[in-house]
Amino acid sequence: MTDGYNFAYLDEQTKRMIRRSVLKAVAIPGYQVPFGSREMPLPYGWGTGGIQVTASIIGADDTLKVIDQGADDTTNAVSIRRFFARTTGVRTTTRTEEATIVQTRHRIPETPLREDQIIVFQVPIPEPLRWLEPREAETRRMHAYSDYAVMHVRLYEDVARYGHIATAYDYPVIVNDRYLMRPSPIPKFDNPKMDGCPALMLFGAGREKRIYAVPPYTSVKSLDFEDHPFRIESWTTTCALCGSGESFLDEVITDDKGGRMFVCSDTDYCGRRQASQGKAAE
Amino acid sequence: MNPHVTAFERDGGPAPSLAAPILSVRGVGKRYGSNVACRDVTFELWPGEVLAVVGESGAGKTTLLHCISGQLEPDDGEVLFQRRDGSQANLYGIPEPERRRLMRTDWGVIHQNPRDGLRFGVSAGANVGERLMAVGARHYGDIRAAATDWLKRLEVDVARIDDLPQTFSGGMQQRLQIARNLVTQPRLVFMDEPTGGLDVSVQARLLDLLRTLVSELHLAAVLVTHDLAVARLLADRLMVMRGGEAVELGLTDQVLDDPQHPYTQLLVSSVLQI
Repeated sequence: MTDGYNFAYLDEQTKRMIRRSVLKAVAIPGYQVPFGSREMPLPYGWGTGGIQVTASIIGADDTLKVIDQGADDTTNAVSIRRFFARTTGVRTTTRTEEATIVQTRHRIPETPLREDQIIVFQVPIPEPLRWLEPREAETRRMHAYSDYAVMHVRLYEDVARYGHIATAYDYPVIVNDRYLMRPSPIPKFDNPKMDGCPALMLFGAGREKRIYAVPPYTSVKSLDFEDHPFRIESWTTTCALCGSGESFLDEVITDDKGGRMFVCSDTDYCGRRQASQGKAAE
Repeated sequence: MNPHVTAFERDGGPAPSLAAPILSVRGVGKRYGSNVACRDVTFELWPGEVLAVVGESGAGKTTLLHCISGQLEPDDGEVLFQRRDGSQANLYGIPEPERRRLMRTDWGVIHQNPRDGLRFGVSAGANVGERLMAVGARHYGDIRAAATDWLKRLEVDVARIDDLPQTFSGGMQQRLQIARNLVTQPRLVFMDEPTGGLDVSVQARLLDLLRTLVSELHLAAVLVTHDLAVARLLADRLMVMRGGEAVELGLTDQVLDDPQHPYTQLLVSSVLQI
């Protein structure tokens, strides 16, 4: 642990302020709570919101896992993991079930989360109605009155143009039958994992200065039409490395002659499946 | 006796088919700073009746329309609306969610500029379907069928249901706006210069269509216009405004053929004849 910094980088007053916002967010599932976002030693868009939330809830006995696009070894994940290792000295891990806090960007791990875990999302744009209604005063009123028809107008537009709901990530959900929420840019593949999830889900948007939350075992419904129900992505192939047919697959270009392969985006899940297959083969 | 009072006294209107007016406006006034936009306007609108508000630019017509359609809270007076169940709602006394719900179920507002009343970023079908989705329609096929039906009724080419409104002509945009409002079968429609900015032949067709719809759907309507010919064609009753006040109110034909107030006389006599 590096000297000269407070535990988890933020000062104690800031952490208390953020915890108060987190408590309020948990009390009103899906509601965006404003908070005094601080300058962090990395640019907006790299996870300042998520880092502040993690810094406020992390304790010395926690174990942290950080993923970016499902992977533990990408630049963003590595630097955030190292940031917390240096400023808190907590144990870090890549194994989902060992972690008590998972900070993520773009994915929810394939391994089901438990009650004693917290998942922290980095959110670029918290307001689901932002591109549909430019006025902040009006979007707040729409939230206050659950006036969400305009989101269905967007889905209608999708069906009219493409024949199906073409929104594939950041798919709008209704939390606890009340608030419309943007689940941050996770693929809609992960939306069903949020519904009734035993783990606490916290969302931090640093630039927009908003925190929201989905408490454990809360209903999270993806919006749809009766005759165009919500459907997750499916692939005609399985993971080229571990053979999984149930995980979210990334398409990877392997050469400039059209070579490509599909692999799991969750590296921890994929790696351990490969390891156990290797053992089974021996 | 001054002509002002006479004009009001003969206000009879068509025989009301129902016991109560759908909209009662009592002493409504609105000021912008020291500027009086409208003052002490009182009238009643009965189910199925069309009331035209005429007057020169700056007479307070649009401010009045905004006040009585829930878009702008007046400084004085009250606006009472009769709900479907017959009970009275004070427009600015009820909670805002109910007012917003009324505005997209029981009312329609047709703006002079289609840009104010349409969503230009989404297709014609989505524009018409929005109100249905707002009141809970969640079946894409049904929403689309309703949108198709209303586009047909408004004589918009159904093949253009997926086109953006900006590719439509001015007259078609206006018809699209009307379809968008009528899809929830409102009982009361507010129109602000619905035919302003359209050329005369398009205007004539649109007026014809509006007249048919108003009588078919038994709509009550408040129509703001500076065009006396439009008022004569569509309105049962006519209210003349000047300097923020209603100076004369009566049956359209009566007011136009036998104007009492000097200003109305001036207005009627300044209509250009071809």
